[in-house]
Amino acid sequence: MALAIRSRLAPLADRILPAAATTAMLTALWCVFLYVPNERMQGAVQRIFYFHVNAAWSAFLGFGIAAAASALFLWRGRIEHDRLAQAAVEVGMLFCTMVLATGPIWARPIWGTWWTWDPRLTMTVILWTIYAVYLVLRMVGRDDPEIARYAAVLAVVGILDVPLIMVSVRLWRGMHPSVLTAPEGTGGLQDPRMMRTLLVAFVAFALLFLWLLWLRYEGLRLRDDVRELELRIGARHEARG
Amino acid sequence: MDARTSAVVEARGLGKSFGRTVVLRDLDLCVVAGESLVIFGPNGAGKSTLLRLCSTLQRPDRGSLSLFGTTEGGAGVRRRIGLLGHQSFLYPDLSARENLEFFARMYRLGDPERCASAWLARVALESAGTRPVRVFSRGMEQRLGLARALLHDPELILLDEPWSGLDAEAADLLSALLQGLRRERRTLIVATHDFERGATVADRALILHGGRIAWATSAGEAPRALDAIYRRITGAVAA
Amino acid sequence: MRSPPEVWTILQKDLRLELRTKEALSGLVVLVVLILLTFTFALDPEGAVAAAPAVLWVTIVFAGLLAVQRAFLSERENGSWYGLLLCPVDRGAIFAAKLAGNVIILTVAQSVLTALLMLFLGLRLPGSVVAFVLANALGLIGFSALATLFAAISVRLRAREMMLPLLVLPLLVPVVICAVEASRILLAGGTAASAGVWLRVLATFDVIVTVAGWMLFEQLVLE
Repeated sequence: MALAIRSRLAPLADRILPAAATTAMLTALWCVFLYVPNERMQGAVQRIFYFHVNAAWSAFLGFGIAAAASALFLWRGRIEHDRLAQAAVEVGMLFCTMVLATGPIWARPIWGTWWTWDPRLTMTVILWTIYAVYLVLRMVGRDDPEIARYAAVLAVVGILDVPLIMVSVRLWRGMHPSVLTAPEGTGGLQDPRMMRTLLVAFVAFALLFLWLLWLRYEGLRLRDDVRELELRIGARHEARG
Repeated sequence: MDARTSAVVEARGLGKSFGRTVVLRDLDLCVVAGESLVIFGPNGAGKSTLLRLCSTLQRPDRGSLSLFGTTEGGAGVRRRIGLLGHQSFLYPDLSARENLEFFARMYRLGDPERCASAWLARVALESAGTRPVRVFSRGMEQRLGLARALLHDPELILLDEPWSGLDAEAADLLSALLQGLRRERRTLIVATHDFERGATVADRALILHGGRIAWATSAGEAPRALDAIYRRITGAVAA
Repeated sequence: MRSPPEVWTILQKDLRLELRTKEALSGLVVLVVLILLTFTFALDPEGAVAAAPAVLWVTIVFAGLLAVQRAFLSERENGSWYGLLLCPVDRGAIFAAKLAGNVIILTVAQSVLTALLMLFLGLRLPGSVVAFVLANALGLIGFSALATLFAAISVRLRAREMMLPLLVLPLLVPVVICAVEASRILLAGGTAASAGVWLRVLATFDVIVTVAGWMLFEQLVLE
């Protein structure tokens, strides 16, 4: 069934996604830099908000997809699910890094500090480390035939742990409010153009996410196909020789 | 289906690799209940891997392997299989008796103490019962490992080089045990280098070479002159 | 989920082996003492008392990771692990037994550590000893659950000494936060009630990770 879905989606994805994602992203860039006005209190640097916020939900979505695909893989054993999980981790990692990069860039001019232990940011750092460990695991265990299962277990336990991490981090932060947090509040989105820009950026990120996920999934599939062919060619040589 | 003709082990296109090394390739095998199959082959031919696959300790990369008619592993299947590998799978710091009692409990056998005693006697290790396995000789450990493998009266018995490390007396003991198991119509798969002894317990024989079955006895034919055939096929001097 | 009698059989066997060889415990206790000493020299004496709960947990976590891994490895190396896998026992039961064994061993080590910590830093006994013991137990169960589960993975990889901390530490955050905080409150003389929220989060973590481990362990023993 997965094969049928893929063969129906593939031509669509290959043709539509790149164009759609690029168009949307260009539109978003235009909106963010030219269309939307400066935010009253924070000035020009606030524009990074549209990237930061969208990268954030993309990062978490990546992990959600990875965990769901991993659970399916553990249940059913279909390698396509594992590929999807790995692709989702890689794409999610990208957006996660984006959040952690844009955070300080935004924080410094506004709050005078490079870093705040804001619960969401803290959560993102931890998510980043879980992503990183997943990727290191796959790299180190490259030759182990069961590595997909191990990575899948990591993803599943990870997602089960995430709510607990969130609760703990909130409690933890609640204990050191003055030291750790910067004053919150961005004054809200006053201008209707801001809401529209946020929406456009949202769509752009969603399309970009899908496109990257698709590219990476296909990349992994091709890698596996090549390996399979190599093994078969090797076997044929040995049979003859 | 008639129990005597039902397949205990059925492998189709079985393949197993470790990293880039292909150990078993495209193997087809069928072993029926009550049959005794002996596998010969040089080191690295894949004998041990094949046995481990049949024991559920490892899973095939390719092809299918069904044990007792099912490809799902599970506790029910494991209960009916006994494996003696290169290692004895025993706890070196427990005594012989403690080891057997532990495994008897794990297999949920009634009266583990009596079971352990009985088996210690059958493999002639009663006197060493309270000594830790750590101090056993290779032969003693092999005999105890055999007891561990047979403790729970498995239907399918897998033995990897069972005669290696045994002196003549112990080897005779083992052969007698195996003959007894054959009489009880248990299914045996034995991998060995010992042509003489292997032939005495075989209904069927095959030679594994380069991960493939290079030769097999025809149906109904008793294995004979195996070492000559082996040398021809593998081009090696038999051990 | 009924707990099969095999859990107890395996646990009994592991404890008997440990009592006989003292292999895991001796190394672990010495390591714990050495890490504690390192902290003692590294910390400013004035800040040391405040850092006590942190030292307690960081020490046991790092020492524990090595100990859990070691235990797994040695059982694989002498082949007995495979004997266990051949048995018709639910893999979750193996996980539970290993988890219980690790908790017991770590509890012994942590008790030694706590006693020494109090000695070195001149701490007083916690107000509610029961609550303190409970907090430590809950923390150790959560840690052991993660460590036992992921040691089954790391033991099969190269660079395994590095992989286990990588796998466990990010997911261990709730335990670190809650156990340290609960310890801090209790060591400062607080009651169980004041540490209540931390203990509840710990307990929830323990339940979730233990159940997950029980169900997922099967996936990690295939080869």
